[in-house]
Amino acid sequence: MKKASLLMIIGPLFLLGLYVFPLWNIMLGAPQYPDPLGLNIHISGLQGTNEFDIQNIDGLNHYIGMQTLPKPEDMWEFGTFPIIIGIMVAIGVLIGFLGYLGKVSYKWFIGWFALMSTMGVLGMYDFNQWLVDYGTNLDPNAIMKLTNPDGTPMTYKPPLLGHVKMLNFDVTSMPASGGWLMFLGMTLTLTASFLGWKNTKKQ
Amino acid sequence: MKIYNHLLMTMGAALMLVSCGQQNQNSTGALSSSAAEKVYVAPGEQDEFYAFLSGGYSGNLTVYGLPSGRMFKEIPVFSQFPTSGYGYSEETKPMLNTSHGFVPWDDAHHPDISQTNGELDGRWIFINGNNTPRIARINLSTFETEEIIEVPNSAGNHSSSFITENTEYVVAGTRFSVPIPQRDMPINEYKSNFKGSLSFISVDPEHGHMDLKFQLLMPGFNYDLSHPGRGKSHGWFFFTTYNTEEAHTLQEVNASQNDKDFIAAVNWKKIEEYVNNGGGTKMPANYAHNLYDEGTHTATTTMNKEVLTVDPLKVPGAVYFLPTPKSPHGCDVDPTGQYIIGNGKLSADLTVHSFDKMIAAIEGEKFDGEAYGIPILKFEDVLAGQVKSGGLGPLHTEFDGNGNAYTTFFISSEVVKWKLGTWEVIDRKPTYYSVGHLMIPGGNSRKPFGKYVVAMNKITKDRYLPTGPEMEHSAQIYDISGDKMELIYDFPTHGEPHYAAGIPAEILAPKSQKIYRLDENEHPYAVKTPTDAKVVRDGNEVHIYMSTIRSHFTPDNIEGVKVGDKVYFHITNHEQDFDVPHGFAMIGQNTSELLVMPGQTKTSLWEPKQVGVWPFYCTDFCSALHQEMQGYVRVSPANSDVELKWSLGE
Repeated sequence: MKKASLLMIIGPLFLLGLYVFPLWNIMLGAPQYPDPLGLNIHISGLQGTNEFDIQNIDGLNHYIGMQTLPKPEDMWEFGTFPIIIGIMVAIGVLIGFLGYLGKVSYKWFIGWFALMSTMGVLGMYDFNQWLVDYGTNLDPNAIMKLTNPDGTPMTYKPPLLGHVKMLNFDVTSMPASGGWLMFLGMTLTLTASFLGWKNTKKQ
Repeated sequence: MKIYNHLLMTMGAALMLVSCGQQNQNSTGALSSSAAEKVYVAPGEQDEFYAFLSGGYSGNLTVYGLPSGRMFKEIPVFSQFPTSGYGYSEETKPMLNTSHGFVPWDDAHHPDISQTNGELDGRWIFINGNNTPRIARINLSTFETEEIIEVPNSAGNHSSSFITENTEYVVAGTRFSVPIPQRDMPINEYKSNFKGSLSFISVDPEHGHMDLKFQLLMPGFNYDLSHPGRGKSHGWFFFTTYNTEEAHTLQEVNASQNDKDFIAAVNWKKIEEYVNNGGGTKMPANYAHNLYDEGTHTATTTMNKEVLTVDPLKVPGAVYFLPTPKSPHGCDVDPTGQYIIGNGKLSADLTVHSFDKMIAAIEGEKFDGEAYGIPILKFEDVLAGQVKSGGLGPLHTEFDGNGNAYTTFFISSEVVKWKLGTWEVIDRKPTYYSVGHLMIPGGNSRKPFGKYVVAMNKITKDRYLPTGPEMEHSAQIYDISGDKMELIYDFPTHGEPHYAAGIPAEILAPKSQKIYRLDENEHPYAVKTPTDAKVVRDGNEVHIYMSTIRSHFTPDNIEGVKVGDKVYFHITNHEQDFDVPHGFAMIGQNTSELLVMPGQTKTSLWEPKQVGVWPFYCTDFCSALHQEMQGYVRVSPANSDVELKWSLGE
């Protein structure tokens, strides 16, 4: 149980990476952008992969009537996510300590993992909702109003995960370093739960 | 003439056959490659070297890639350049100011890249204006001309602009001697009255700013070309001279009478010390110093009123003459600094002087008389060897860093490869035709990159499809990585390239700037956000603070301008994206367009002469909506009271 508890202490700490590294990344490459434009999604706001990428993405998107990318103060999520992550890390580490001291069982580990996963899924859902709004809520006076072959207005929702060809742009959306650290940390807590469970069974 | 051409063609064909034969001998089967493969840079791939070719009478500097021979850019230096507005925009007009007023053109000759410890460092490239003596410095991260300094007491600024091995000085010598100071006097009193000035312009190690530190006033010869000592000879500078006869007319004949002219060896370290200790004489002068500030995107002119001159006789041991046969032209120093090559242009042979022997002769005080008080060393005492090449009219020599030298022969139209030390000729290849300079990247530094040599020719004739009487010049690229030179490519060049300078792409490419930062733009008329755009009247001057971004001008409707106004369009490009310039042109404007780079501000003057509503537009196809990037200015009669107003999207 001590090994499991140590993993449970370490695991949530990996989530602290989210304060430095981006959670998600969307790259936009096109023939005239051999060095693609990139958007890093941090828990506290959006940043360009290169300094002027946000300005340049907004500049291109205005042709098709997309909104400008939100600033931290434009979305409640960027204020709330850092707090939630902080609380979750604190709770996770506390559970680990209590487990180490034998005060709580591995079930608390599973509980933390389940809660974190639920919130992750909710976060993804929220993120996807924003992507839908960003890609479909277009300015009716857009310079270029493009339609699909079936006559419906073309929309520009970036993919949540994976690659989509959008007009002249190749758009690729992937977890970024902060996201991978989070997954690693969560995997560690899952491992902690498993080890804790195995331990209990042995006894 | 026809027979002659036939002969030449036969000779050419014969040589090609010979060269093919040799290639086969050297062949290593499947590993050997054809000339086409050697110069082919596939689509999307990049060249191995940058080559900066002087534009000669274009006044500019052109940038090419090696080995492809593709031209990347023409950098405006001494000539107005309507493509970008250089020399037309209010910001860059001062770059072309001189003591003779605004001079919109020059004859650009010898580019030289800055060095540290005798190796190319790629910070700046310098080039001389030959006609109205000037030296320019170009920044090699923006590839823009940043500074031009006029050289007083000079005429035909030809033995320029060569730099010392730590870029301490950029050196400019006069080809034509003149009265110093200039005065009204009979031309036929040239002899012993005219002087030749050699100017040492210091270069600030951090910013590159130039300052004319001192001028050496030499006898009235023609100082033709020069190169710095390097390694052991660092601290010396060598200048070829002709017209030691001091002829003032029909120089073609009268300046070609002496069997030997001189290479002047100047110990600039000694003179620098003399000057630093208060030596030299200040002389009234008037010369322009034009400096472009990257922060304000604006050039300013300062007129300097004094120059420090040095009489070589006042600094014992500072200057010596090395007799050199037959009106030497090129003056080249090998990578070790030991050999000084004088290319006697009316001779078949090359004269190579030894630096060690020169020092020994000076220490032994073995002089062969003097000229105007300057000691002449004995020819035999300083001679290291002579290259009996069999060519005619040697002009310039470059080095490959492997102990070989390559000399151009103008009259016999060829490049000759020979070995330093043994003076034996290893190979020779024809050029097409009448080659002037040649260039090996770093070929006049301590560390040449001896892979290619570029020969720049004076005569083109039948090399390309004919384009009437006037044609671009031709250049040839030879692969010199093997024992024998191999002609691998032939391409037309712009203007008349004299010298050139090459540098590995890996040194320059990574630091090439992509944009100017808008947040660092300190131009007094810049607008940082579109909401700051405005129009201000000051008497009959109207200042339009305008911004551009894909795909509109802010403002794009302007009213209240009157006939007789001086309208200044101050355009700030708000893009911060690589390779998104915006252009600006106004109908009927008596100047050129502007091409404004991202983050930059440029100003164009328009003096409307007719009442009406006149359009302006973006001249650079910036985006899909480029055609819509336009606007109107309403011009009212001079006495009207139409209110000044401006708008976008109203």
